[in-house]
Amino acid sequence: MTGPAISLRGVVKTFGGRRAVDGLDLDIAPGTCVGLLGPNGAGKSTTMKLLTGQALADSGTLSVLGLELPRQSKLARSRMGVVPQDDNLDEDLTVGQAVEVFAALYRVPRSERSEAVDKALAIATLQDRRRDSVKELSGGMRRRLLIGRALVHSPEVLLLDEPTVGLDPQVRSELWGLISRLRDEGVTILMSTHYIEEAERLADDVAVMALGRVVARGVPSELVAKHVGSEALEVHAPAARLADITARAVAAGLPTRRTGASLSVLRAETFSPVDVGATGPEVGVRRRAAVLEDVFVVLTGDTGEEVA
Amino acid sequence: MRVDGSAVGGVLLRNYVVFLRTWRSNTVISVVDPVISLLAFGFGFGALVAKVGNIDYVEYVGTGIVAQTVLFTTIFPGMFETFFKRDYQHTYDGLLAAPVDAIDVVTAEALWLAAKASVFGLAPLAVAMAFGLDPAAGMLLIPLIGLVTGFGFACVGIFIAALASSFAAFDYVISMLVTPLFLFAGTFFPLQGLPDWVRLVAHLNPLFHTVELIRHAAFGLHPPTDLGHALFLAVFGVLAWAIASRRMQKRLVA
Repeated sequence: MTGPAISLRGVVKTFGGRRAVDGLDLDIAPGTCVGLLGPNGAGKSTTMKLLTGQALADSGTLSVLGLELPRQSKLARSRMGVVPQDDNLDEDLTVGQAVEVFAALYRVPRSERSEAVDKALAIATLQDRRRDSVKELSGGMRRRLLIGRALVHSPEVLLLDEPTVGLDPQVRSELWGLISRLRDEGVTILMSTHYIEEAERLADDVAVMALGRVVARGVPSELVAKHVGSEALEVHAPAARLADITARAVAAGLPTRRTGASLSVLRAETFSPVDVGATGPEVGVRRRAAVLEDVFVVLTGDTGEEVA
Repeated sequence: MRVDGSAVGGVLLRNYVVFLRTWRSNTVISVVDPVISLLAFGFGFGALVAKVGNIDYVEYVGTGIVAQTVLFTTIFPGMFETFFKRDYQHTYDGLLAAPVDAIDVVTAEALWLAAKASVFGLAPLAVAMAFGLDPAAGMLLIPLIGLVTGFGFACVGIFIAALASSFAAFDYVISMLVTPLFLFAGTFFPLQGLPDWVRLVAHLNPLFHTVELIRHAAFGLHPPTDLGHALFLAVFGVLAWAIASRRMQKRLVA
């Protein structure tokens, strides 16, 4: 196909007066992995729900694989895989059955089902757990099963809603390996996340969302260069001094961010500590490379406290 | 909204596969409960009341409890299971992300519960037979009566679940709706002794028509009247399905 795999234009969605999505424009090219990055409440989950037809837009146009939503939503859903944020596995089933049921729901022809289930379990590396009850799986295995299940009908588009939220770091990196393999196979992936490292590692391209719209879009390294420059000056000092330094930086038009007890003044390649008053015995300074997290904080106003 | 056969089939298959793994607990409760009612009422009241009309009381109540079983095994899971699947297990989120719409979910859930109820209803019938109810050819209609009735009451349960925002809401429904439904249907006692207005209202109770049909199937059919009862149940089923589907669509797709 030539057009975008996913396209949203001017999409607005309100819930009881609150604009969850507010004029959202987003195109995802086929075969790319795009990270939808934003703090809680930025509209990521609503965007996912709009794409699966579980929320209806108030205005704007949406399409998936050239199919118009919500009119052709059922057809679009048959070619999409969805990994939900809330685990909705059927606890009573075996691992194999959990996937088999979805093969039927996704209309995989009966004669091809068993092969499709084998393939999905192989992707999830759960082949040897096939006969075990879903209840017996660990948190990480359940997540892998959700991903395998979403791929049982070989979808062209995969939606991942916060795929690693609540998992420990080791399980998270294991899932990153799995998602990265899918990306290499050419599946179009839209992944919402509030873990910056996740977006940085997996996404070809990142869309930063705040207050229901995309506020920045591009390759992570380019976003960093564009919005926060190449270096940051990290300053440790008593609160009063930090306030003073912040005021001077803001006056000079430099973006800043607070991280716990320290202050980061961005675009540090353009000035020296003296320019912002970051000198003296009680002030500790350190230069570091600017990262995507800086962009995220500067653009969304989120403190990034939660960010791993 | 249109029903999609493949989507309904997929959801039915899911329920069937889950049932294969959970049927023991599920079936035992659905079968033991009516049997206890039958023994308690049949022999408890049966000691005081020998006959209703020309029917032995244990046979009268046995046929009534078939209808009660169909009601309980559809309206309760329609409420509780649907609510649980929607808000706790997030089962419907998974189904709706697949090519399945809310109307397909409602249709499949109601058909599934109705099919089970039509079988569960046979348990008290069998027990009543053990206590002297004579088999009759008309009884072959009882599963069908159970299916149609069960479909309607499953939809009523699903409709209530789609309205409810917590399990607590169901307490009201049970006292205000389910209890009168099963008491004022001619299940345990005939409606003849009741005030006129109660009898009139009871005729709007779908379960009354179910009880009449089941008794007639067991003790002799009255074709024109029974056609009326069947028609009433069919219309009830269609209406309940329509409102349940609409309400669930609104609840699941915002």
